[in-house]
Amino acid sequence: MIEINPLVIFFASIFTNNMILSNFLGMCSFIAVSNEIKTSLSLGQAVTFVLACTTVLNYFIYHYILVPWGYEYLRFIVFIIVIAAFVQLVEMIIERYFETLYFSLGIFLPLITVNCAILGVSLFMTIRDYNLFQSFAFGIGSGLGWTLAIVAMAGIRKKIRNAKLPKGLEGPGITLIITGIMALAFLGFSGIVQIQ
Amino acid sequence: MTTLSTIAITILVISSITGTLAFLLSLANKTIANYGEKKLTINESKDFVVDGGETLLSSLVDQKVFIPSACGGKGSCGYCKVTVIEGGGQILPTELGYVSPAEQKQGVRLSCQLKIKEDMKIQIPEELFSVKQFDYRVEFINEVTPTIKHLRLTLPIGEEIQFKAGQYVQILAPKYKGNDEEVYRAYSLASSPLDKKAIELYIGLVKNGIATTFVHDYLKPGAKLTVVGPYGDFFYQDTNREMVLVAIGTGMAPIMSILKFMRDSGIQRKATFYFGARTREDLFEMETLEQLEKELPNFKLITCLSRPTEQCQWTGEKGRVTDLLEKFLDDGANKEAYLCGSPVMIDSVIPILMSKGIPESQILYDKFE
Repeated sequence: MIEINPLVIFFASIFTNNMILSNFLGMCSFIAVSNEIKTSLSLGQAVTFVLACTTVLNYFIYHYILVPWGYEYLRFIVFIIVIAAFVQLVEMIIERYFETLYFSLGIFLPLITVNCAILGVSLFMTIRDYNLFQSFAFGIGSGLGWTLAIVAMAGIRKKIRNAKLPKGLEGPGITLIITGIMALAFLGFSGIVQIQ
Repeated sequence: MTTLSTIAITILVISSITGTLAFLLSLANKTIANYGEKKLTINESKDFVVDGGETLLSSLVDQKVFIPSACGGKGSCGYCKVTVIEGGGQILPTELGYVSPAEQKQGVRLSCQLKIKEDMKIQIPEELFSVKQFDYRVEFINEVTPTIKHLRLTLPIGEEIQFKAGQYVQILAPKYKGNDEEVYRAYSLASSPLDKKAIELYIGLVKNGIATTFVHDYLKPGAKLTVVGPYGDFFYQDTNREMVLVAIGTGMAPIMSILKFMRDSGIQRKATFYFGARTREDLFEMETLEQLEKELPNFKLITCLSRPTEQCQWTGEKGRVTDLLEKFLDDGANKEAYLCGSPVMIDSVIPILMSKGIPESQILYDKFE
């Protein structure tokens, strides 16, 4: 396998391999929180931060604990536990030392524990055999890609807030349809780079 | 490797990783989330030393100060409001839904969301200091209508409850089959405050209600029941004005407490009780009310049914309490009103009373939600 430049992975995970728009991961908070640009941006920041940290953390745990002992099959459950514990810890630290950050990110952190994009990134990292730098770039890039998608969605939802929609499509219904259209648009990027 | 040893090793690995992380987290909880001992000053008069990092509500409970709370600190009922004068920090996003902008200016906060991180000064109503937790024993549970139960609870020997006629208590509904959380729910006291050894409650069945289902289906005579109280600013006022009492459904309970209090203390104020219900069956405890009518010389009971059926053989008033008030209440001057029941009833009765000349300050009410 040719060694892919981490920078390529970084951009690819934003545009061609976007977590939401090409993998449809992290949909629950994507749909629930994409009502306002401001909150979407805050959640996006929190997701990016947690993704960057947990990807690296899980990289070390996978390669230095699970692989040497032959427990690769436990990665699903181990990754989830690590993510949950990490988010808890970050919440405590932010609450204690970064008061202002706590007010913008604080309430979103517990939400992130159950964001499947976070687990998804850690698992893709092991499946695609990324090295440390590639994993880090992939983590940050996926976070930014997720942020881009949710902020774009919040912008679109703001525009259509007063639009007349069929009753059954209001809220999550129309959001899913718009996500599909956005995904089609982002499909245009595919083929530029290949990271898997 | 056999399957069995694989399973054993898997469990061992997962538990050790989880254990390590849990250990690290509890270590972090002891160090990072430990804010040390903080001073909590209530109403400029009482000082407590509390552990920082805890929520204000749980710290207050530890100090035996009971703030009303129906959801148990989840931030979903909005009852546990206190005024924070100093040391509360910025209002949290989880509080915004329950604290209005006007209240925010006064420093009102939800005590279950607010954590104590520095020395704090708060203001709470003085009455809350008399709120205590009691372990009652159920003396009896009677069915007064198919949907309303009458409970009498007695205190252990040597304990007493002090309350004012019209106030309410919260009962703790424990976990039971089909309900996996403990909840507090508020019910008005129906007994006389002069009887300090026991309390009586009327609890109507609410469909899928956690506490009402517990009382109706699981609670048995002789069982223990945890009660916190008394609460509420709706209670008997010591004036000489004529009283206008209005209630529907189980809203009759606090009115009954007020009437029993008047009987037991020999108060002979003029009072009229407008009691509304749907059908004759819903007019519960009429014997007790009629007995009170005999014992209180200046007390008059007027009832009405909004949906009398054939079986009711009802010859009395038809309609709602609002119709009764329009018909029987002539002049509101020097009168004082006590309303109890659904918010809809209270919101429609208040304008009528005001149009009859009762000033808003003399209309007291307790909305059952």
